[in-house]
This record gives sequence, C-alpha cells and structure tokens, in this order.
Amino acid sequence: MVKLVYFAWVRERLGKSSEEIELPAETKTVSDLLSHLAGRGEAYAELMEHRNAIRVAIDQEHADHDEPIGQASEIALFPPMTGG
Amino acid sequence: MSRTSIPIVVRIQTDDFESGAEIAALTDGRTDIGAVVSFTGLCRDDGEILKSLELEHYPGMAEAQIRQIAEEAATRWPLHGLLAIHRYGHIAPGEQIVLVAATSSHRQAAFDGANFLMDYLKTEAPFWKKEHLKDGSSGEWVSAKDSDDQARKRWEKG
Repeated sequence: MVKLVYFAWVRERLGKSSEEIELPAETKTVSDLLSHLAGRGEAYAELMEHRNAIRVAIDQEHADHDEPIGQASEIALFPPMTGG
Repeated sequence: MSRTSIPIVVRIQTDDFESGAEIAALTDGRTDIGAVVSFTGLCRDDGEILKSLELEHYPGMAEAQIRQIAEEAATRWPLHGLLAIHRYGHIAPGEQIVLVAATSSHRQAAFDGANFLMDYLKTEAPFWKKEHLKDGSSGEWVSAKDSDDQARKRWEKG
C-alpha cells in the first residue's frame, strides 16, 4: 500500500486530499504511477490530461517523472509551487 | 550535503510575524555580524479585486525543503545565520506572507544568501496560492511564473 497525498488544484480536481492504494507490481516509476491513476476513473483521467504540469514528491523529496518509486510510503502530487 | 553549524530558523505558521523583532533576534548578543539582509513578501492586489490569497502548504515537506535550501546557502556563502518564516491560510492584501533574512560579516554574502534562499523557496518549497475575490467568487490558483524559474536557474552551478 502506498499513501497518495494531493495538493492545490490536484486535490480539488480529485475531491480528496489523500488515499491509500495498492499499486500493481509493474508500476515502477512516477510516470507508471500517473498512467495507472489515469485508469481509476473520470476525474483521474481528466487530471492526467495535465500530467506534464504535475509535480511529484516521493517521501517528501521532489522526484522527476522518470524516477523509480521504490519502496515509497507517501507520494504527493501537486501543481508547480507558487509560494513566497 | 554536509550539515552546517550556523543557526537556521524555519517557521511555517498562520499567525503574522513582527519583522523587526525577528531580525533583532538574529543579531542579539552577536558582535561578529556586520550585515543583515532581509526580504518581506506582502500580499499584493493589482486590480483591487482581491479579498484574500489562500496559502496552502505540504506540512513537513515545506519545513524540510526550506531547511535544505538554507543548508545549501550556508555551504555557498560565509553566513552567520538564516531565517525563513512563511505563513499559510487566508492572507489579505497588504498583509505579510514571507520573511527571509541572512546574516554575515559582510554585506555581499548576506545579500546573496537571502536572494538565493528566496529564489529557491519560490520554486522548490511546496506552497500554493489561490485567489479569493471581493465579489465572493473563488478565483484561480496562481500559476507558477517562468521568471521565477529563470531567477532560480541563475544560481545553478555550470
């Protein structure tokens, strides 16, 4: 099981701030994860139309889309940061 | 990354902060500090349409990320201390959002340290802004700016 956490418009589009899901064994990279999520329903599919704009953090460290997920316990999906 | 021994203060809070007192605390009892550079970011309303900005953050990661950026700054310049305070929640136009400060023996390192910390904070720390408008409607999520990415890139080592 991996905990997914969502922020800003990612959270709003999915209508939830977190969930725990089981990932198929072939889901190796961040990109695989995004593709897997796209198949989970309409809201996910629509969100993934913007997948290039989605940033990812694995266990609270920024990760590129081609990075392996490994044994991550928490993966966050969010838009580009706009703090400051 | 090697850990530095300089004091690094990072606070993420809903409450407002007193810039003068925060900056004074950085130099209190110190005689080796010759320069303090601080930056205060305010909530701006260009068209008088904004009721508030809602600041959302990723608890835990926001603190850790800013601390990591500050540690990096401390390896690049001879700094004596770094401070970053970032608010979240609803912030009205004219109110303070963020305070960054760097201390050093001399001014150039303090300027560079504060500038670097701010540029990376804007593009790497997990915060997002949503506009809430005076007419009661919920506005847009503020888009990330290319100019902020460009500002960060100038610090990258070639």
